[in-house]
Amino acid sequence: MAETFVRTSMLAPSQMPIAQVGMVSWIRRHLLAGPKDTILTMLACALIFYTVTHLINWLLVQAVWVGSDRTVCATIAQGGLQPDGWSGACWAFVGAKFEQFVFGRYPLEERWRPILVAGLLVFLLAPMLVPSIPRKALNALLLLVPFPVISFFLLYGGLGLPIVETPLWGGLMVTLLLSFVGIAVSFPFGILLALGRQSQLPLVRWGSIAFIEVIRGVPLITVLFMASVMLPLFLPVGWTVDHLLRALIGVSLFGSAYIAEVIRGGLQAVPKRQYEGAESLGLSYWQKMWLIVVPQAIKLVIPGIVNTFIGMFKDTSLVSIIGMFDLLGIVRLNFGDPVWATPVTPMTGLLFAGFVFWLFCFGMSKYSGFVERKLDTGRKG
Amino acid sequence: MSVHNRMSVLMNNSALRGVAIQVLLGMAMLSVAWVIAQNAAGNLQRANIRSGFDFLDARAGFEIARPLIQYTSDSTYGRALVVGLLNTMLIAATGIVAATIIGFLVGIGRLSSNWLIARLCALYVEVFRNLPPLLLVFFWYLGILSVLPQPRESLRLPLNLFLNNRGLTFPAPVPSEGLGGVAAVFVAGLLLSFVLARWARIRQAKTGRRFPTLLVSVGLVVVLTTVAFVAAGAPLSFNYPVAGTFNITGGTVLGPEFISLFMALSFYTASFIAEIVRAGIQGVPKGQTEAAKALGLKPSAVMSLIVIPQAFRIIIPPLTSQYLNLTKNSSLAIAVGFSDLIAVGGTTLNQTGQAIEIIAIWMLIYLTLSVMTSVFMNWFNAKVALVER
Repeated sequence: MAETFVRTSMLAPSQMPIAQVGMVSWIRRHLLAGPKDTILTMLACALIFYTVTHLINWLLVQAVWVGSDRTVCATIAQGGLQPDGWSGACWAFVGAKFEQFVFGRYPLEERWRPILVAGLLVFLLAPMLVPSIPRKALNALLLLVPFPVISFFLLYGGLGLPIVETPLWGGLMVTLLLSFVGIAVSFPFGILLALGRQSQLPLVRWGSIAFIEVIRGVPLITVLFMASVMLPLFLPVGWTVDHLLRALIGVSLFGSAYIAEVIRGGLQAVPKRQYEGAESLGLSYWQKMWLIVVPQAIKLVIPGIVNTFIGMFKDTSLVSIIGMFDLLGIVRLNFGDPVWATPVTPMTGLLFAGFVFWLFCFGMSKYSGFVERKLDTGRKG
Repeated sequence: MSVHNRMSVLMNNSALRGVAIQVLLGMAMLSVAWVIAQNAAGNLQRANIRSGFDFLDARAGFEIARPLIQYTSDSTYGRALVVGLLNTMLIAATGIVAATIIGFLVGIGRLSSNWLIARLCALYVEVFRNLPPLLLVFFWYLGILSVLPQPRESLRLPLNLFLNNRGLTFPAPVPSEGLGGVAAVFVAGLLLSFVLARWARIRQAKTGRRFPTLLVSVGLVVVLTTVAFVAAGAPLSFNYPVAGTFNITGGTVLGPEFISLFMALSFYTASFIAEIVRAGIQGVPKGQTEAAKALGLKPSAVMSLIVIPQAFRIIIPPLTSQYLNLTKNSSLAIAVGFSDLIAVGGTTLNQTGQAIEIIAIWMLIYLTLSVMTSVFMNWFNAKVALVER
């Protein structure tokens, strides 16, 4: 009797062909999918190789890290120590000016004050940004009421501290101050303007529309000029407005109009039944808006709000045009310093300033992405 | 009914309350405006400044480098502002074209199946959109262009271009007799292509047969123009720049101010346009691509006939606001001394003290430019928008 074969165990699956698995297949699929892709990949590789080698060479290998004046960063023909034809980053310049880039001309012995304010800010802001930490309301209250008051006295002086006039302020400190105050002021005003734009009252509605559209239709620099040149004209004789305050007013006016448009998008996206439900509960206009509509609207447009904040942060660099020394302004001011003036100084200083700006903006956009995923409002919004 | 009750009835009448709030608000706004006007009038009188637009007819007294229209320091402030406006429009128009080209290339590149290209394009976007445009302007102006060699050691580029710290010198076209005729033929060729495109569309709607409109039109325009050019005896020559001992003579110069502003604005705005283009293409539902493939269309036809027309509907509104942003950002010209509307206005403001008038002119012109761009883009948007049945 012939034996029948019955398989009792499964065969082990055989390996996938080498061309479809691992590195090789990945490279085939993503880099060498066809003649066109192969050429593109080769071109990109050449570009990357050329750029990266030159960048590393300029930024690190040829760079000058220590030195006390321009001679270390200038070639012999330019009156320095480097061989002719040399070019590299002059990090010694950034090192020598670093404190000035951060604090401007803020007096040396008082610099603990802005540092303390920055520390307080980090201490209060960090728990706000981590969604899992409780007591957000108390935290926000601390951040919005006592913190600005304390910061004002710490930075400006008074209450026993020596007064530091605002023209001495500068650098990264002013950039951060302008953006934080600008954001903090324009956010509530933006909400009010957005509500005003939807108001039933014609005067309020048309007033809000006119403000928003005019500000959004013109460049920030005209608004800054308006704040710095026209504002003094509008005030009674003898009244002067601090230059920093003028810039703050300009930045806040500008930011409010942009925030208002973002919030309006959110207000329009809140379903009508939410408005109606609130009204049927007998809530007043402000209760309805404050408790029901605005919180939902804000949640819907968080990405847009953060983008506007990033834009405001970048836009603060424009105050250097009306004579303020923010980070970019003070870096540029130092290109004129004869002790450090060399052909590579501007490039080095701008790369440093650019890196700082980039770090803040990139950080904000990554944080916005994180919150968006957390609330999962991005796609629905 | 007691007095108290009557009051509360009035208070709770929302229409009445609305009127009351508006009257109060209107009065507050009017009184603030009145105080401001009083203060401004007083301050202007003390500073000996006559308000009004008479200053526009006064002699400007400052030079503008490379004006687009006839202008000397003896011209009026009004003419100076027109020169500034033309410069603003020049930088905005060239910047928009360049930013659109770079932005579309990078945006499509980000969706490339080639991993390396997609990463490179993503890197471009992340770097440029997180930097202040003013910093980019300075980067080109102070970091690169101003440290280029002196004119006598100019960098020689192909096509007789010379690059030095005074800008880019390129051969200047010199038209001679008969070029107008060639231009007329060129325009006629364009008109003919429009007629051709219309005929092709109607024929396709009727018979379903397609006609290679683009190829034929381009051929038509190029061939007609070339024939006319040769027939007229090549009525165009170039004034080539020549390197002398100390300077470069001949040719036309693009100043470093214009180049740095142009480069910064186009690179910056392109990073935003790239994101808009990517989002637009990704916003076309996958079913559309799959259906097109199922119909047997080849990949290029899927792109050009199905995906791109639908992506454009998503792309155009945000693209409009990017164009407006670029136009507004062209005001950064003042930082490098390119004589745009803001820079010329700023000089005028410093010389005459007519702050209110100058700022009013700025705002009016920028608002007009914004409205014009919006109207044009809305018209274009309406053309490509979905026609719903």
